[in-house]
Amino acid sequence: MKIHEYQGKEILRRYGVSVPLGVVCRSIEEVDLLAPTIMGPPWVVKAQIHAGGRGKGGGVKVVSSLEDVHQAAEEMLGMMLVTHQTTPDGQQVRRLLIEEGVAIHSEMYFGVVIDRVSQRVVIIGSAQGGMDIESVAASTPEHIHRLSVDPVAGVDEAGLTFLAEQMGIPSDSQGEAVGLFSSVYQAFWESDASLVEINPLILTEDQRLVALDAKFNFDDSALFRQPDIAALRDFDEENQDEVDASAHGLNYIALDGSIGCLVNGAGLAMATMDIIKFYGGEPANFLDVGGGATTEQVTEAFKLMLRNESLRAILVNIFGGIMRCDVVAEGLVSAAQEVNLDVPLVVRLEGTNVERGREILAESNIEIIPAATMAEAAEKVVAAAS
Amino acid sequence: MSILVNRKSRIVTQGITGRTGQYHTANCLAYAFGRDCFVAGVTPGRGGEFIEDVPVFETVVEARDQTGCDVSVIYVPPPFAAAAMIEAIDAEIGLVICITEGVPVKDMIQIRHRMTDSTTVLIGPNCPGVITPEEVKIGIMPGYIHRSGPVGVVSRSGTLTYEVVGQLSSVGLGQSTCVGIGGDPVNGMKHLDIMALFNADPATEAIVMCGEIGGTDEEACAAWIKTHMTKPVVAFIAGATAPPGKRMGHAGAIIAGGTGSAEDKIRALEDAGVAVVRSPAEIGTRMRDLLGAA
Repeated sequence: MKIHEYQGKEILRRYGVSVPLGVVCRSIEEVDLLAPTIMGPPWVVKAQIHAGGRGKGGGVKVVSSLEDVHQAAEEMLGMMLVTHQTTPDGQQVRRLLIEEGVAIHSEMYFGVVIDRVSQRVVIIGSAQGGMDIESVAASTPEHIHRLSVDPVAGVDEAGLTFLAEQMGIPSDSQGEAVGLFSSVYQAFWESDASLVEINPLILTEDQRLVALDAKFNFDDSALFRQPDIAALRDFDEENQDEVDASAHGLNYIALDGSIGCLVNGAGLAMATMDIIKFYGGEPANFLDVGGGATTEQVTEAFKLMLRNESLRAILVNIFGGIMRCDVVAEGLVSAAQEVNLDVPLVVRLEGTNVERGREILAESNIEIIPAATMAEAAEKVVAAAS
Repeated sequence: MSILVNRKSRIVTQGITGRTGQYHTANCLAYAFGRDCFVAGVTPGRGGEFIEDVPVFETVVEARDQTGCDVSVIYVPPPFAAAAMIEAIDAEIGLVICITEGVPVKDMIQIRHRMTDSTTVLIGPNCPGVITPEEVKIGIMPGYIHRSGPVGVVSRSGTLTYEVVGQLSSVGLGQSTCVGIGGDPVNGMKHLDIMALFNADPATEAIVMCGEIGGTDEEACAAWIKTHMTKPVVAFIAGATAPPGKRMGHAGAIIAGGTGSAEDKIRALEDAGVAVVRSPAEIGTRMRDLLGAA
């Protein structure tokens, strides 16, 4: 789960990390009311959407008068902000963060991530702040410094001091840096985060360390024990179809192609997308109905796929383990009765109770193109879609 | 022969009294030598009961002392799964298989740390389990699709493993052992660990490996194969068509920060001499051709 920058900064502030003073505004009236409470000039007006790359898309403006704050806010509120991380249509800006400007001496990068190789939390620091850290890692890996964290002992001060030095923080500020790094790690660990990035972390002209940005991602599996974090979820930032899918226990991701696929299991669902592509088609979605889908879930899955105007055909690929093929077949029949199925439907059923499942489909009056193997199914659905 | 489990395994089921634990225990008992293998269950507060004639104990230590079990399978819900794994690790159970999906990553980091000096090996969480066909099935896979034979299978995904096994069985190739290692970013045994066990197992003549996007485990396994592997390997990497930054079901299945793409993994595996199939429908036939030619 992702949260907004202003929410991330709120968490950091609670852990004693310096962030610029700012106000969150949802309307131009709030901007006019609250912006004067912030010291300036300069002021910084920042669009609050979950996607990164906001600056390049025109979602961050530094201005030197309250009139210009108003002007920038009016332009940004409600705009569709397009960045490399949004869809081509962009993401609508519903909130602004208006902050005091800070005099920057130097920009750095600080992050806390889960490292799959060491199976631990790793702290990352770099003197190359304010730019895309992935391109820094690709072009100048020597500027990326890493520190592995012992999950029981926690961070060690000597390691953090060395990291501060590697990041080019002057010795007078290294003590403050160690405190800040520990606090960010603590915030990460206690909130079940999967990623925290402060990019840039800056050293001000008067030698203070301030987090100018804050990006937090959280482990979805841990939200059950993080009610305060779960409450920060902003459904406006998520794809409506994906939100509806998750409400029904389905895992759905919209894609650009024309062939809908309904599969049980994430790995098989990905493999099904791959084989559609292999036979020259384009998948319209990823859809994992999970291990034990009900008739209702299968019906809901069909409704979701049929919302897509680019849909030309549907492939159902089920390898029943826990999930029985007869249940899937009943779900298909009931879904076909409830929704207006106006595209060709290719069905490949395999696994537990497959014979009964095929019988149910044959006895129904829905038009189905049956397939025995994944290859046959993919070939048939690609032909049906074109 | 086989790896990890066989008809001599003695198994304790943690969470045996829950709906999921009970359902799958019944299926596992009914498979091959299941009645001999599944000797105990554990649910705190339910000691003294019987589930499907299997005695239930209060703790893993008690189950171990009473039955001599050396394998644990865990169906405990996510909030309590970490405690169940730790209990089995502390009881020095040799192999722990955690089926539970949705265990917090932080819990897994702590478990991995706890296992630093432990003799226990862990499979999962979020996995279908391990099966040695016609001997013992430990987990949620459909037993009837498996045949005993020479091909080892290791995979991060559940139903894709069934697909592979179905293809192998249909071309007349049985399996030595099938291991679902699970799709979580922080977990127990990796592709490489299982590959090394298959390489050392006399009954395994060839291996199918199913990876997926995300992480670098497949690349690490490829590097090991290049220098150590003496047996043919067929591989498929799921997710070649997945867009970057989107999580495809498995917590681990995401292309992030320019690493973990299917192309990177395929290149590394091909460089190690692995027969990588681009279509998941060709896994069984490719293995048949490879073994036929050998």
